[in-house]
Amino acid sequence: MPVTRIDVVFKALADPSRRELLDRLHARSGLTLTELCSGLDMTRQAVTQHLAVLQEANLVAVRRQGREKLHYFNPVPIHEIYERWIRKFEQQRLQALHDFKTKLERKRP
Amino acid sequence: MSDDAFVYVTYINTTPEKVWDALLEGELTRQYWGAHENVSDSDWKVGTKWRHVAADGKGTVKHVGEVLENVPKRRLVLSWVNPEHAADQARYTRVAMDIEKVGSMVQLTVTHDRLDPEMRKRITYGWPRVLCSLKSFLETGRPLDVWAR
Repeated sequence: MPVTRIDVVFKALADPSRRELLDRLHARSGLTLTELCSGLDMTRQAVTQHLAVLQEANLVAVRRQGREKLHYFNPVPIHEIYERWIRKFEQQRLQALHDFKTKLERKRP
Repeated sequence: MSDDAFVYVTYINTTPEKVWDALLEGELTRQYWGAHENVSDSDWKVGTKWRHVAADGKGTVKHVGEVLENVPKRRLVLSWVNPEHAADQARYTRVAMDIEKVGSMVQLTVTHDRLDPEMRKRITYGWPRVLCSLKSFLETGRPLDVWAR
């Protein structure tokens, strides 16, 4: 049964391959397993396992269309993290710091 | 085979009845949807119009559309468009809200498709906030400040 506990979400996000899968689904939603695998340096089996972890964390939603399973990035749990950990900690100051860092880094040769 | 749909899923510690009422009763929507109300003058009957209105004293209409499917406490499908494009059928988007009991929780899935870029921008900002607020409202009685920047 899927759960929404925040530690499951953090655990799912802690892996670079899983973050890459989320990035792909963010760029293009509704991909099949085959489409998700194409161009990736991961076996189909590894992708399947990562998708199971992401689904367990409710970060990926699956919709059936005929015989195909389409995968979608579900941002709701990440928004919950945002509400819990970021918004209440003075978002404006964090934004200012982030902008400052971006500006400094751009100046580098 | 990718499509333009957005799928949002949230698990809420509550009952299907409460989720259903929270989606359809203006008095309740107003509390967690940043003072916006979902309004139907025809009890959400299929084929009738609905509207999404700001409780700003002026009753500004934010979205309008038609009820496409209504399976009480399970599934509601609405067409959904900016009121300024209401005359143009091609601009109508579609929202399906599916309610499923999972153990002691409710899985609420919102699938929004037939989107143009403008509507996509609006909903990707709006839905995660609204759904988190709905969850918080139903679980703790306290909604979130949905439109805060």
